[in-house]
Amino acid sequence: MMNFSYTRAETIADAVAAVAGDPDARFIAGGTNLVDLMKYDVMKPGRLVDITRLPLREIEATDGGGLKIGALVPNSDLAYDQRIQRDYPLLSSAILAGASAQLRNAATTGGNLIQRTRCYYFYDVATPCNKREPGSGCSAKTGVNRIHAILGTSDACIATHPSDMCVALAALEAVVHVEGPDGQRTIAFADFHRLPGDEPQYDNTLAHGEMVTAVELPAPRFGQNHTYLKLRDRLSYAFALVSVAAAIEMDGDVIGETRVALGGVAHKPWRVPEAEALLKGKFATRELFGEVADRLLQGAKGFGDNDFKIELARRAVVRALTQAAAGAPQVQSNKIVN
Amino acid sequence: MSNIHPYVGRANTRVDGPLKVSGLAKYSAEFGAEDLAYAAAVPSAVAKGRITALDVSAALAAPGVIEVLSHKNRIDFPEDDEPFKNDMVAVPGSPFRPFRDDKIHYAGQAIALVVADTHENARYAATLVKATYDVETPNVDVATSANYYDPPEKRDGIPPPPDPRGDAKGAFDRAPIKVESDYRVVAEHHNPMELQATTVIWEGDGRLLVHNKTQGVVNPKNYICSVFGLDEDKVRFFSPYVGGAFGMALRPHYDVFLAVMASLKLERSVRLVLTRAQMFTMGWRPDCLQTLSLGAETSGKLTSITHHAIQATSMFEDYQEPIVNWSGLLYDCDNVSLKYELGKVDTSTPSDMRAPGATTGVFALECAMDELSYAAGVDPIELRLLNYSDHDQNDDKPFSSKELKAAYEQGAERFGWSKRSFEPRSMKEGHELIGYGMATGCWEAMTMPHKARATLTADGKLEVACATADIGTGTYTILAQIGADALGVDIAEVTSKVGDTSLPMAPVEGGSWAAASAGSAVKLACEALKEELLKHARGLDNSPLANASLDLVTFSNGRIALKADLAKAVSVADVLKSAGVEKLDGEAGYAPDEEFTKKYAGYTHGACFVEVRVDEELGVIRLVRIVSAIAAGKILNPLTARSQILGGVVMGCGMALHEETKWDKTLGRVMNANLGEYHVPAHADIPEVDVIFVDEEDGSNPLGIKGLGEIGIVGAAAAVANAVFHATGKRVRELPITIDKLL
Ligand SMILES: Cc1cc2nc3c(=O)[nH]c(=O)nc-3n(C[C@H](O)[C@H](O)[C@H](O)COP(=O)(O)OP(=O)(O)OC[C@H]3O[C@@H](n4cnc5c(N)ncnc54)[C@H](O)[C@@H]3O)c2cc1C
Ligand code: SF4
Repeated sequence: MMNFSYTRAETIADAVAAVAGDPDARFIAGGTNLVDLMKYDVMKPGRLVDITRLPLREIEATDGGGLKIGALVPNSDLAYDQRIQRDYPLLSSAILAGASAQLRNAATTGGNLIQRTRCYYFYDVATPCNKREPGSGCSAKTGVNRIHAILGTSDACIATHPSDMCVALAALEAVVHVEGPDGQRTIAFADFHRLPGDEPQYDNTLAHGEMVTAVELPAPRFGQNHTYLKLRDRLSYAFALVSVAAAIEMDGDVIGETRVALGGVAHKPWRVPEAEALLKGKFATRELFGEVADRLLQGAKGFGDNDFKIELARRAVVRALTQAAAGAPQVQSNKIVN
Repeated sequence: MSNIHPYVGRANTRVDGPLKVSGLAKYSAEFGAEDLAYAAAVPSAVAKGRITALDVSAALAAPGVIEVLSHKNRIDFPEDDEPFKNDMVAVPGSPFRPFRDDKIHYAGQAIALVVADTHENARYAATLVKATYDVETPNVDVATSANYYDPPEKRDGIPPPPDPRGDAKGAFDRAPIKVESDYRVVAEHHNPMELQATTVIWEGDGRLLVHNKTQGVVNPKNYICSVFGLDEDKVRFFSPYVGGAFGMALRPHYDVFLAVMASLKLERSVRLVLTRAQMFTMGWRPDCLQTLSLGAETSGKLTSITHHAIQATSMFEDYQEPIVNWSGLLYDCDNVSLKYELGKVDTSTPSDMRAPGATTGVFALECAMDELSYAAGVDPIELRLLNYSDHDQNDDKPFSSKELKAAYEQGAERFGWSKRSFEPRSMKEGHELIGYGMATGCWEAMTMPHKARATLTADGKLEVACATADIGTGTYTILAQIGADALGVDIAEVTSKVGDTSLPMAPVEGGSWAAASAGSAVKLACEALKEELLKHARGLDNSPLANASLDLVTFSNGRIALKADLAKAVSVADVLKSAGVEKLDGEAGYAPDEEFTKKYAGYTHGACFVEVRVDEELGVIRLVRIVSAIAAGKILNPLTARSQILGGVVMGCGMALHEETKWDKTLGRVMNANLGEYHVPAHADIPEVDVIFVDEEDGSNPLGIKGLGEIGIVGAAAAVANAVFHATGKRVRELPITIDKLL
């Protein structure tokens, strides 16, 4: 790890100004991702601006009937918040499916959004990686790529975004509140993360110096008809090979609005609105869920080790939709897939 | 008070437990000195080739840097191999020497050592060392090795496969039932919690005190003295605690070599702690390709066994394991052909990893037996009983003891094996297919020569000492139990000492031989001490024990009394006082009984039973129940013994479902060299494990024990794989069994 300077920001404006004015500066929140990357010499910020003392630890009700989650709310506090558990159980479930209790205690809402890929090569500075070193090449495409993307990949990069929480936030159509040197703005969740394209060095659409201040959830609408199904290489403490966040509005037996987001398959939580629309006004059947899965996975492409993800994702979507339609969400403390 | 005895055979919590949980137990990286400098090893970026240029100027200019060592400015060491083979665990070939020259043998090989005033400065400066390389294409996959060969020189202590017996091929061709399959056990790396580390304390006057993570202090001391030409009297290795090792700390690694080199060069104390990623540049369970062919009569009685294994080794050494031998030993069969070959890869030399050889070989054999059970339509346990062997056919001798039938029986009973329906995919609940699987385990019961000392002081305190190691197994505790029983003192009055070259000699702690060997040596040392005490007691004025011999007296509560009349006694304190000494010693050596080992084959056995549940559509595997029944002679301490079996079983589950070192085939680098991506089981993966020790009498050593460090893992992975087959009807022959293989 290289030497760096450290300042603790007292106000949001100070924090933003400090980072925006220094291309080598980074915000640090829980540090669970950034410090690891610094130890591996992957990220080498010359200056860390500690934002953990900023007043962004509240979860507040919004006028629209939703909740606004401060960027510094720890993942565990968020998962166990009573309002979240009651009105957004999908979010709580997705968070609890991730990492470990210790990590969730330290990790923050903002940090979770901005955490970087777990691509093995990204972490190993002795290997070519376009995300770490633009133009150096992508080792994963022809290398070890079990955990890599099958959708939305580019020639330059096939990495995934590793978050569980973000998959639920995508399904819930959250809105990200951002403050930058030019003021505040909001970003729809679907527009927050990006596909790698020719510039895989950018994971999301934030400009340097822009800070996430909050994540806003719209008014709740899915009741118990939701699930977060995470499939991984061991039963806990592993990133998703494939995960599915599903939420269905049920009107008796008839399906209203549906949201399905996939994790572990792309550079961002993967949603296809046309796939979701296939269910509208229909009865829940396996065949129909299969069609949704096929539509979601249209164009999916494996790179060797991860070929299996296409079929696994298909089956996971069908199961998750079945769970959600039945109002029988996956329980995270029990590893039986219901 | 005497009802506290015997300690041996009873559960005793770890005597070193309080020190460990309170952080007072000091590990090798925790010793220090005022002049301590901190070192960091710089890893090679490429897997094969030569260093063409090494630029250390930026590193030297970095804050706090004292020196940067490399092949260009290292201190002299011998050119020939011999001094480097002063290592009890050396293997045939040319031992690796860090900084020998500009050659790169494997990715991550240390190419430079930065020494600085702080750990952080050393680590940072290490990132500034810039090397350029002439790169050659590496091969890290044994499946694509240039050729396979029978190692010309055999590894010391590892029996090569026995000669073929009968006519395996003919019998296979004629067999009405045949099973033939290929299996692959992939590479696994050791990942004990404690990183490989060395702290060298420069004591001046050429004296070194070395704290090194090792499974036996004598071995690295011999090695270091030999390669650097040091005076043995001036070097002491002291490593009282080891945070897990499992075989990886048997051989001296580059940490101790480089730390000592830096200390000698700089004439000051130096510490080197390797990184987690660097734990993947040493000591690993090699990738192994196996073919197993079984021929049987329609009843399931074996008529032919052919087992062929090809295992990875490094380019410079022929590491070897007994992989196939088990197939000539575990079951009764007259036509057996076993073959073991090596294939070279561009990696560091593999090393022993918990039950080396058996873990890999028995996995294939026990899966093949399971396949045979279906081919013959015979229950897996019935099949094993039908082929039960009372005789080691490899060496043509009877077993010293073998209560494997009792292990099958008690394990099956506890597990509820009778509820298993024979057909695969025949048991189901909800979305989950249910599978019951079992497998046999087998490991050598060995002992090695050990010396020990027992010392009694006038205040009634006993110290037992032996240079062996406690790698977390409970050696401290069992030695204290043995000493407490021998001298009739409370275990709280006993101190065990291990991990110090100033103590009586012991070899490395491995092969599950430490408890039996060090334990026997301590017991004999205690007998010698008692003899000495009694001699003095007899000589006391008006001694009530004047004519007593050792078999007529008893030692308890700090007194020596006549068994026939306990009132006739003297106190140990009086004995020491009248002898005019503060303490009395007994020293003794234990050596394996060669007559006995000539006559008998010594093995531990186990039977592992596993229930898995597999989501039929998604392939999610859950282990829900495990029973491990073990026959391993007398159990010294059921608590520490159970922990050994638990650990072995958990490691076996990891082997079955999780562990895999993933190499990039082009770059030759390990890509998952961290505990986030190199998966070992998490708590959620491991169900309740029920351990049974069956009664077994064995006469091979004074304690009647056999060792437990390794038997728990042998067969465990096969039991899981067999359960997965029973559940799903899918036979996964390449580990680990991951979700994709069940889709
Ligand atoms: C071993 C391990 C296993 C894990 N397993 C999982 C898992 O299974 N599922 C899962 O979802 N996650 C998992 N995680 C990831 C974990 O969720 C993230 O590390 C965590 O959410 C990051 O939050 P943080 O506050 O610690 O971020 P930090 O490490 O502090 O920051 C991460 C990045 O975000 C930036 N940043 C932080 N806050 C802000 C802000 N408010 N505005 C702008 N930029 C900001 C930082 O500059 C930095 O670049 C795992 C992590 C580890 C180490
Ligand atoms: S997938 Fe992306 S992150 Fe991984 S090596 Fe390729 S460019 Fe780098």
